[in-house]
Amino acid sequence: MIIHAIFFYLFAGITVASAVMVITSRNPVHSVLFLILAFVNAAGLFVLLGAEFLAWILVIVYVGAVAVLFLFVVMMLDVDFAELRQGFLNYLPIGALVGIIMFTELVVVLGAWAIGPDVAKAITVPIPPASDVSNTQALGLVLYTRYVYFFQAAGLILLVAMVGAIVLTLQHKPNVKRQSIANQVARNRAAAIEVVQVKSGQGLS
Amino acid sequence: MTIGLGHYLVVAAILFTLGIFGIFLNRKNVIIILMSIELILLSVNINLVAFSSFLGDIVGQVYALIVLTVAAAEAAIGLAILVAYFRNRGSIAVEDINLMKG
Repeated sequence: MIIHAIFFYLFAGITVASAVMVITSRNPVHSVLFLILAFVNAAGLFVLLGAEFLAWILVIVYVGAVAVLFLFVVMMLDVDFAELRQGFLNYLPIGALVGIIMFTELVVVLGAWAIGPDVAKAITVPIPPASDVSNTQALGLVLYTRYVYFFQAAGLILLVAMVGAIVLTLQHKPNVKRQSIANQVARNRAAAIEVVQVKSGQGLS
Repeated sequence: MTIGLGHYLVVAAILFTLGIFGIFLNRKNVIIILMSIELILLSVNINLVAFSSFLGDIVGQVYALIVLTVAAAEAAIGLAILVAYFRNRGSIAVEDINLMKG
């Protein structure tokens, strides 16, 4: 139990510290790297909670895909980030005020809060004991049966996001020749060749 | 020294507040704002998984998976819009984004 507590405070502390660095660091590349650190440690928290599958998905999706996407964009755009940082402290008071109010409200809610007695009866799909069924299998057993439409909807969201991202960033340069399949297929003999009778010794003008 | 549900909820609350704070602090930089939104979504996921684990209901993890999908799609679309915008205007400062103001 003491090991559990030590790891909880380790993961939680590093997550919060790197989240602070994400929003305060000068260089956006450092921000992205601290975001990666925050997500890896959040994955550690998920492992402590017994959600291994989500932990690895978090590492794969965020560290493997989203963070690399952020890094690419930060490095690809030639932006003067020092200029963007001007007036950094202008919004510090209002931001701190809103943040402190929101955090206080959250803490107040957490302080006066208890799980109702009927919650145990209202559980939809109980987690099977980890000795029988692993977390990944348990998740798959509900995801592909009871929540299959949600799964399909998630796939559809990703498809739309992919198409949208490609449409937004694809650009057609006018000076680049492209293959046009329709033109190729529509080409017939009459349009393609021309038979010319040439008198001998004269040539074509 | 047992770690209960409250501990995880406090971590999620701190992360959520830091995300909100980051949006205010980096008002000019869209990339950091997107990262702050990712932090907020992460805190929501921690909440969902913590409740799922402590109440013994696996549906919370299914929901966290959906939130993760939406977060990834949102990051991809947001960054694509950013790249397209930078190509047109040569800047990503938030106060320059007023073309549709009329």
